[in-house]
Amino acid sequence: MITDGSTHAGVHTALATARPIRARLAWTVSVFGLLAAATCVLAPLVGSTPISLRRALDPSLPFASNVDAQILFIARLPRVLAGALVGASLASSGVVFQALLRNPLATPFTLGVSAGASLGAMLVIILGGTIAVGPWSPVPAASLAGAAVAAAIVYALANGPRRAMSTTVLLLAGVTLNAFFSALILFVQYLADFAEVYRATRWLMGDLDVGGFAPILGALPLLVGSAVIFAVLPSSLNLMGVDPDSASSRGVDVAATQRWAFISASLATSAAVALAGPIGFVGIVVPHLVRLLVGVDHRIVLPASALFGATFLVACDLVARTLLAPVEMPVGVVTAIIGGPFFLWLLVREG
Amino acid sequence: MPLAASTYLVAHELSYAYPYRGRARSVPAVSGISLAVARGSFTGLLGPNGCGKTTLLKLMAGVLSPAAGSVTLEGRVLADLPRRVAARHVAVVPQDTHPAFDYTALEIVLMGRHPHLRAMQLEGPGDLAIAHESLEATGTLHLAHRPFTSLSGGERQRVVIASALAQQPDLLLLDEPTASLDLRYQLEVAALLRRLSREHDVTMVMATHDLNLAASMCDSLALIRNGRLLGHGPTNEVLTADTVRQLYDVDADVRFHAEAGHLTVTPVRRAG
Repeated sequence: MITDGSTHAGVHTALATARPIRARLAWTVSVFGLLAAATCVLAPLVGSTPISLRRALDPSLPFASNVDAQILFIARLPRVLAGALVGASLASSGVVFQALLRNPLATPFTLGVSAGASLGAMLVIILGGTIAVGPWSPVPAASLAGAAVAAAIVYALANGPRRAMSTTVLLLAGVTLNAFFSALILFVQYLADFAEVYRATRWLMGDLDVGGFAPILGALPLLVGSAVIFAVLPSSLNLMGVDPDSASSRGVDVAATQRWAFISASLATSAAVALAGPIGFVGIVVPHLVRLLVGVDHRIVLPASALFGATFLVACDLVARTLLAPVEMPVGVVTAIIGGPFFLWLLVREG
Repeated sequence: MPLAASTYLVAHELSYAYPYRGRARSVPAVSGISLAVARGSFTGLLGPNGCGKTTLLKLMAGVLSPAAGSVTLEGRVLADLPRRVAARHVAVVPQDTHPAFDYTALEIVLMGRHPHLRAMQLEGPGDLAIAHESLEATGTLHLAHRPFTSLSGGERQRVVIASALAQQPDLLLLDEPTASLDLRYQLEVAALLRRLSREHDVTMVMATHDLNLAASMCDSLALIRNGRLLGHGPTNEVLTADTVRQLYDVDADVRFHAEAGHLTVTPVRRAG
């Protein structure tokens, strides 16, 4: 049998150029982390109204009369924070869904979670609803419920007793559910008046103007929970990306990995959509850009995509806030304008 | 079956049926197969399409759990071993590998180290050294940094074998490892497997449709039809015109080829 690796002082010849995963991971996380941090620090300082950081942080001015501080802390900081969290969640759940479905063109919205969330939100916006659940106001609460219903339906269809998930059934059920929920959304909108339809349409465009820190704090437990599950998945996702059967023969519990991948990515997507609406293209553009830069190892792609997703969405929102200032565009329009052509280019390139 | 002192794997009265959805009846894929595999041996599994060869391999790998019977590795019941522990002893080489992502050959080989790592543990220099040796043993070291999907069929199969070797298994299960390769790559992979079996003391079990390949490589053959074992014994005794007819309903000319140094099988006609 092949000898024990520990007897080797070092690796020579061709593999000498192979940088160990540890170094690659540390380097990638540092670079993408710095980029994300820089974006999140600079973005709140820029906007349609110029503000002075010194005035905003001046302790001698009372907050009530300090306009700069109000703009910074009430208008911009929650928005940037929401952008970072939503971007990170959508990008990383995109990576996880792509690995789960063994399809690099999958998005966080492929399996119908966002359509369910949107239907929930539409129902409350149009039929009216006043029931707040915990930290969630009615619209995000209904959107979370809708996402949960959609995820449960898809999961139940694809998951038979005592066997691995069928990714084909998962994909077909998701695509069908997407179309079905979209039809229901149109039906609900048909019944509504103009003002309600306007609100509903604005919600569907995706918007990071979340209106304070409270909704972010509400989403945080879900996002942190899914991030914890994401942290243990990557090496299993790597093996399943090669071949599910051989992953199983190498010690991966394929059924459990599929189950946790589905649950965590659905959770992250639901929370992100409940917070900011269905912001498209982040979950597909960011993972692909990251793979072009750092390769396809999920242990590197997942954290790098989370960090770059935060950067990407905060930057897109900066464009949305400033391009037509003082008019603010919904960020979903910006991500779609950047993401649409990129996605098509990708299809042509990989096809 | 007498249990030799050097027996590595024992399959005892193995049965398995795939669960079907809907009203289709569940048909047993493997029924009551008992088989002993000697340590260091090269065993061929022969039988027509759908006879249960692949199912038997999956049962031996622990990927499927038997409905009845058991697989033991040197006395330890496979089903009782944690997945990762089992994967340190048994590795699988499938017929084809189609990764969904553009991994490099080295990344694929390093994934063979998975059962030896703890959860969330990254591979270290020792693992890289083992990957290096596995690539070297399969003649693919120069391909280490190439994308797997850019390799030829023969190169891919050698990389997948390297990945299985990096698992440092005692037993290598091969599911028609040369079926999708042209003649030259078939011989290349066959020579590699023979050498690995000789030099690395790995026990091999190979399912194949290629009777000549089986004759050239295997020291014993197990014959399977309709999920049942028809016979198991040394290649030179088991591989006869009679057994070929029994397995495939084909009349064949089976004779010793002096130059090749093994039995050769030439199919002549469908048995009437």
